[in-house]
Amino acid sequence: MEKMSRVTTALGGSVLTGRTMHCHLDAPANAISVCRDAAQVVVAGRSIFKIYAIEEEQFVEKLNLRVGRKPSLNLSCADVVWHQMDENLLATAATNGVVVTWNLGRPSRNKQDQLFTEHKRTVNKVCFHPTEAHVLLSGSQDGFMKCFDLRRKDSVSTFSVLSCCILRMHHSFAQGPMQDAESRANEAWEYVLKTTWRPAPGPRLLWRLRVAAFLGRSWGCPVYPLGLCSGPQAGQSESVRDVQFSIRDYFTFASTFENGNVQLWDIRRPDRCERMFTAHNGPVFCCDWHPEDRGWLATGGRDKMVKVWDMTTHRAKEMHCVQTIASVARVKWRPECRHHLATCSMMVDHNIYVWDVRRPFVPAAMFEEHRDVTTGIAWRHPHDPSFLLSGSKDSSLCQHLFRDASQPVERANPEGLCYGLFGDLAFAAKESLVAAESGRKPYTGDRRHPIFFKRKLDPAEPFAGLASSALSVFETEPGGGGMRWFVDTAERYALAGRPLAELCDHNAKVARELGRNQVAQTWTMLRIIYCSPGLVPTANLNHSVGKGGSCGLPLMNSFNLKDMAPGLGSEARLDRSKGDARSDTVLLDSSATLITNEDNEETEGSDVPADYLLGDVEGEEDELYLLDPEHAHPEEPECVLPQEAFPLRHEIVDTPPGPEHLQDKADSPHVSGSEADVASLAPVDSCFSLLSVSHALYDSRLPPDFFSVLVRDMLHFYAEQGDVQMAVSVLIILGERVRKDIDEQTQEHWYTSYIDLLQRFRLWNVSNEVVKLSTSRAVSCLNQASTTLHVNCSHCKRPMSSRGWVCDRCHRCASMCAVCHHVVKGLFVWCQGCSHGGHLQHIMKWLEGSSHCPAGCGHLCEYS
Amino acid sequence: MRLATAANEAYTAPLAVSELLGCKQCGGGPDHDEELGIRIPRPLGQGPSRFIPEKEILQVGSEDAQMHALFADSFAALGRLDNITLVMVFHPQYLESFLKTQHYLLQMDGPLPLHYRHYIGIMAAARHQCSYLVNLHVNDFLHVGGDPKWLNGLENAPQKLQNLGELNKVLAHRPWLITKEHIEGLLKAEEHSWSLAELVHAVVLLTHYHSLASFTFGCGISPEIHCDGGHTFRPPSVSNYCICDITNGNHSVDEMPVNSAENVSVSDSFFEVEALMEKMRQLQECRDEEEASQEEMASRFEIEKRESMFVFSSDDDEVTPARDVSRHFEDTSYGYKDFSRHGMHVPTFRVQDYCWEDHGYSLVNRLYPDVGQLIDEKFHIAYNLTYNTMAMHKDVDTSMLRRAIWNYIHCMFGIRYDDYDYGEINQLLDRSFKVYIKTVVCTPEKVTKRMYESFWRQFKHSEKVHVNLLLIEARMQAELLYALRAITRYMT
Repeated sequence: MEKMSRVTTALGGSVLTGRTMHCHLDAPANAISVCRDAAQVVVAGRSIFKIYAIEEEQFVEKLNLRVGRKPSLNLSCADVVWHQMDENLLATAATNGVVVTWNLGRPSRNKQDQLFTEHKRTVNKVCFHPTEAHVLLSGSQDGFMKCFDLRRKDSVSTFSVLSCCILRMHHSFAQGPMQDAESRANEAWEYVLKTTWRPAPGPRLLWRLRVAAFLGRSWGCPVYPLGLCSGPQAGQSESVRDVQFSIRDYFTFASTFENGNVQLWDIRRPDRCERMFTAHNGPVFCCDWHPEDRGWLATGGRDKMVKVWDMTTHRAKEMHCVQTIASVARVKWRPECRHHLATCSMMVDHNIYVWDVRRPFVPAAMFEEHRDVTTGIAWRHPHDPSFLLSGSKDSSLCQHLFRDASQPVERANPEGLCYGLFGDLAFAAKESLVAAESGRKPYTGDRRHPIFFKRKLDPAEPFAGLASSALSVFETEPGGGGMRWFVDTAERYALAGRPLAELCDHNAKVARELGRNQVAQTWTMLRIIYCSPGLVPTANLNHSVGKGGSCGLPLMNSFNLKDMAPGLGSEARLDRSKGDARSDTVLLDSSATLITNEDNEETEGSDVPADYLLGDVEGEEDELYLLDPEHAHPEEPECVLPQEAFPLRHEIVDTPPGPEHLQDKADSPHVSGSEADVASLAPVDSCFSLLSVSHALYDSRLPPDFFSVLVRDMLHFYAEQGDVQMAVSVLIILGERVRKDIDEQTQEHWYTSYIDLLQRFRLWNVSNEVVKLSTSRAVSCLNQASTTLHVNCSHCKRPMSSRGWVCDRCHRCASMCAVCHHVVKGLFVWCQGCSHGGHLQHIMKWLEGSSHCPAGCGHLCEYS
Repeated sequence: MRLATAANEAYTAPLAVSELLGCKQCGGGPDHDEELGIRIPRPLGQGPSRFIPEKEILQVGSEDAQMHALFADSFAALGRLDNITLVMVFHPQYLESFLKTQHYLLQMDGPLPLHYRHYIGIMAAARHQCSYLVNLHVNDFLHVGGDPKWLNGLENAPQKLQNLGELNKVLAHRPWLITKEHIEGLLKAEEHSWSLAELVHAVVLLTHYHSLASFTFGCGISPEIHCDGGHTFRPPSVSNYCICDITNGNHSVDEMPVNSAENVSVSDSFFEVEALMEKMRQLQECRDEEEASQEEMASRFEIEKRESMFVFSSDDDEVTPARDVSRHFEDTSYGYKDFSRHGMHVPTFRVQDYCWEDHGYSLVNRLYPDVGQLIDEKFHIAYNLTYNTMAMHKDVDTSMLRRAIWNYIHCMFGIRYDDYDYGEINQLLDRSFKVYIKTVVCTPEKVTKRMYESFWRQFKHSEKVHVNLLLIEARMQAELLYALRAITRYMT
C-alpha cells in the first residue's frame, strides 16, 4: 500500500482517520462485520474468528474468539454479524447448521453465549434486527429462515418457501373454477395425513398444512399444498442464500433463494410471505436494503448482475441493473452516496467494485488489493463513504480508502462515430482527448466542423467531469446538393431492356448531365470495350473523353468539390464553433471554451475524398494510361482539349495507395497542398492519355475478355470509393461478361449495400428493379419474402388464412365471379366502386360490351 | 438405415474398430474378413441391457409423446438410438437434460475441434476399458474426419492430447491428487499448450465419459449391434451368448440360479425395504433429540471414508485389461486407490469452501459458456429426481436416501459436507449396496450382474437405473470439483 493518503472525517463526535492498509490473517476469511463504533472489525472463516482493532496505521489483533483445544465445526463460520446496537453482541452462522451468539462482555475466555441447532443444513446468513436488541434472523441451505429471540432457547418462528406455496395455491384456486373444490380440499387433506412423517417440511409447517387444508375444506375454498404435491419437486425446498432486515420498515425482511427468487416477509406473519418475485436467473447470493431510500433493495446473483428493486410499488420494479464480469457474492450500499454500491465476486474476479447504478457499464471505483476472491465487504461507518473494509480468501484484511481507488473511467476513452444518410459524420469523444489531439496537430481543426458540443448531465457527483464529452458533426456543404446525384443517378439510369451500347450511352449521358464525368467516361469506355466498334459515335466519344480529365468522384458531392477547387487554399472559412469544456470539479459548472474549427468544404472531414484527390487513380485508368503510348498518341492528335477548360484536380501518377502514403496526405491541412504537383504534371499526361483510348482498342482488336481484369478492378475501385451504385449498375448491365470474374460474396455484398442505400433514400422502385435484375440468389430472394396478403371473407369479414377463396369459418366460397358465377381461384379483379368483380378475363370481356356492372347492381364500372 | 451403414463401416474398416476390443470371440475378428460373401449381423438378443430383462425395458414404438420426442432428438443428434438412451428413458426428465448436454458437448460450438472431442471421449472411456463407449466414439471419430492413425494408441495422437493423458488418468482414478501443477503443465507447454477454455471443455468431456462409463457398466449396457460384441455372424443355433460374459459371470445361464435365489429370499428382501423405510422414519424423528458431538460427527466421516475402501468385493486382484483397449492409456497399473491405504494423507475437500453451485458453475460458465448451465441443470435434475416411491411403497420422501447416496459417493472421493451426519449413511445403505456403489463409481469394469442383482432386491429396475443416475452425476460432480478447484488455484 504505497499510496499513503490519510483521511480524517468527523462524524457526530467520533473521528475516523486511517489510510489504505492491510494485514495478514492466518486463514482465509469468509465474512467480516464492523462494530458500531467503527473501530473494530470481526473476521470469521473456516478456521479463523478474530476481532481486530482498526487503528490509524494498522490493524491490531484484539481478541481471538476461537478458543478450546479442539475447535469444533460450530466455529467454522460461513457468516458473522455484529449487532449494530450492542457492541458486545455477535452472531455467527456455522457451516454445520449451528447459529452461535457471542457475548464479548463475558468475563471468561470463552465468549460463546448461546447455541441454536435448529437448522439441518449449513446456515448461509445471519442478521440482527437493526433496532431491536434481541432479534436474530438466520437463513439456511435447508430452505428455512428462523427468527430467534435471544432471551429464549429456541426459535420464535420459522419461515419457509413451502408455506408460501400454500398461499399461492390458495389464491390461484380461489379465482379458478370451483366445481371440484371439495374434492381437491379432501385430496389435500388426505395427502397431508398420509405424509405426516415426511422429513422435509418440519412439524410446524405440517401443522400449518393441516390447518390450511382443514380451513380450505370448511370454507369450500380449496387449499392445495402445491409444494408437496407437484411430483419431483415435492419436499424439496430451495436454499436461502441471504436474509436482510429492512432498515426502514421495522417488521420487514427480505430473503433470497438459490432458485432466483426474492421474498419479502413480515416478521409477524410466518405463515406466508408478503411478496415474492423472481429476481435473477440462478441463485441470488446477496441482497442489501438501501440505508436511506425506503424500499430500495439491491440484489446480486450468479448471473453476474446486480439489480436494484423498488419495493414500494405494487409490483417490485427493477430500477437499475449493473452487469458485472463475475457472479456477485456481496453487495453493500455506500453510505451517504445515494446511487453507489460496492460489490465483490464469488469467483475468478478478485477486485471490489463500487458502482454508480445509473452508470452501469463502468465501475465508479475499483479496489485491486486482493490476490484471491474477496469474501466479505463492509463500509466502516454507516455515515462515512470513504472507508471500505474487506476480507478475502487470500487471508488478508484490508482497509480501502476511496481516494486511493483506481477509477476505470479515467482510463476509458469513450468514443462514438456515426454516419448520416447525407454523408454527415458525427463523432463524439471525451473532451480531454479532443483537446489533446488538437494540441498535437494544430490543423486538426481544418477538417472539423463541430456544430455544437453537448455535455451530458452528470449524475455521479465526484465523477461528473469525466462524463462530459465533445460531439462534433461534420456536415457536407449545405446547398452543395449532398447526395442528390445519387438519387438522380439511381432514378435515371437504365439497367435493362435495351442493347448494351444504348444502355451505356444512356448512362453515360445521365452521368455527364449530373457532372460526374469520370463515371460518364467509364460508361463510354465500357461501351467501347464490349460493343462492336462500328457503333461508336466519334463526337460523343470525344466529348466524354474530354471531360474525363476531371477528378474522381468520391462518395460525397464531387462536383461541388470541383467547382470550389480554385479557391481552395485561400478561402478556408473559419467557422465559429462552441464548446464546453468541463473541469473535473463539481462546482465549476460550465466554463465555455471555444474550439476553433475551420471548415473546409473540399475535404469534408473524411479521409476518403482527401486521399482520393491526391491522385490515387484506380487501376483501370492507370493501366489504360500505360497502354496508350504505343498506339494512341500519334493517331488522335486532333482530340487534344485545351487543358484550362478544366480545373485539373488530380494528376495521373503511378502511386500505389500505400498506408503510409494515405496517412501522410490525409493529415495534410489542405488538399491544395499538392496543387503544385497538379499543375506540373497534369498538362502533360491526362488529356493525351485519355483521349487515345478508343482507337487504341479498336485498332488492336483485343477481345473483350482481355479487359475483364480491368473492368473487375474498376468495379472494385468504385465499390471501395463508396460508389457502390456504379459497381452494381455496371454489374447488372454487363451481366455474364464480368460476373464470373467477381466472387459471389463480393457481388452479394455490393447488391445488399446498394439496395440498403436505395431503401434509405426511399427509392423503392429502383431498389426493386435492382433486386429483380440481380443474379445473386440471396439477393433475388429478397423479393420473395413476405409476399402474402390475406384477404378477408366477404361474409364473415375474417381473414381467410388457408386458401384465398374458401372461408374456413363460414364454409362458403368467398369470391365468386360476377360473370360466370364460379369461384375465382386465380386473378380476381373487382370494381372499387361497387366491389363486384370476377375473373380478370371475364370482366374485361364484359366491360368491352357493357359499361354496367355484371352483377346487375347498376353501377357504372370502369376498367382501366 | 443407420444399421446398414454402420455394418459396412465395420466391414471396410475392421482394423480400426474391432482391434480395440478384447472381446474377439463374439465379434468380427480379422479372421472373418477372409470369408467371402455378405455376412449378416445378428443381434445377440439381450436387449439394451444385460442386467435388465428386455421385457422390462420400454419398447421403441410404445413410448409416449414425451419419450418419442426424446427419441427423435436423440436420433437426430447421434444418428442412432443407442442402448444408453433406451435404458435412460426410464427417466425421461433426466434423459432430456442428458441428451441436451451431450449434444452440446460433442456437436455444438466449443473450443475443441470435433474429432478432438470424440478422441477425448475415447481416452476417457478407455480408462475404464469401456469398449461400448470406445466403439461408439471410434465410429464417430472417423466419421468427423479423425485420423485413423491416432486410434493405434495415444502415442500416435498429437502431443497436445498426449499431455492430457496424465490428467485423464488422475481424474478417473484419484481426482483428489490433481494439483495446479497438473493444470500448469497443460497450459504452459509451448506449442502444445492448451488454452483455458479448451482445457475446461476437455475436463468436462473427460468427466462426462468417466461417469458415462460407470453407467454403462453399472446398468450392463449391451454393445450396439453394429459394434463388436453387439452382433454375431454365426448362426443363432451355435451360440447366443458372449464368451466374455461368462468370464464376467454375466452369461445368461446365470439367470436361473439367481432367479431361484430371488424366490427364496423374497420374504427377506421384502423386509429389507420395510426395514429401510423404518430406519428413515426413525432418523427423521429422533434427529432433533439426539445430537452427536462435534468429534463424533468428524469421526463418522472419517469412519465412512475409511470403511468405503474395505467394501470392495473379494475379487480385488488386478485383472490385466485386454491389450487392445489398453493402448489408449499407457499406465494400466494405475487404478483407484483409497486415500490412506498407502499411507498418503489427503486433506478433506470441504464442500462449503468450493462447491459446484457457487464456484464450479461460475468457472465453467465463464470459460465454456452455456455448459455450466446445462451441467447445473443435469445435476439438479439427477439430485432432485423422485417419484416418491420405494419398491412397492408410494408417497415416500426419498430425499434422505438420495442425499445419503450422493454424499456417500462424495465421501469416497474425500469430499465432506459440514452439515451432514455421516452416521446416516451407515443406517441407510447396507453392505451389498455399498459394494455396488463403490464398484460402479471406482472400478466400473468389475461390475457383475450378481452385484447388480444382490442389492435392493425388491426394487424395480427403473429405481436401480435411478440409483445409477445418482451415482454417475455425483461422480461427475466430484471429479469436476477437484479439476475445477485446481484450475481456480492455477488462475489465482
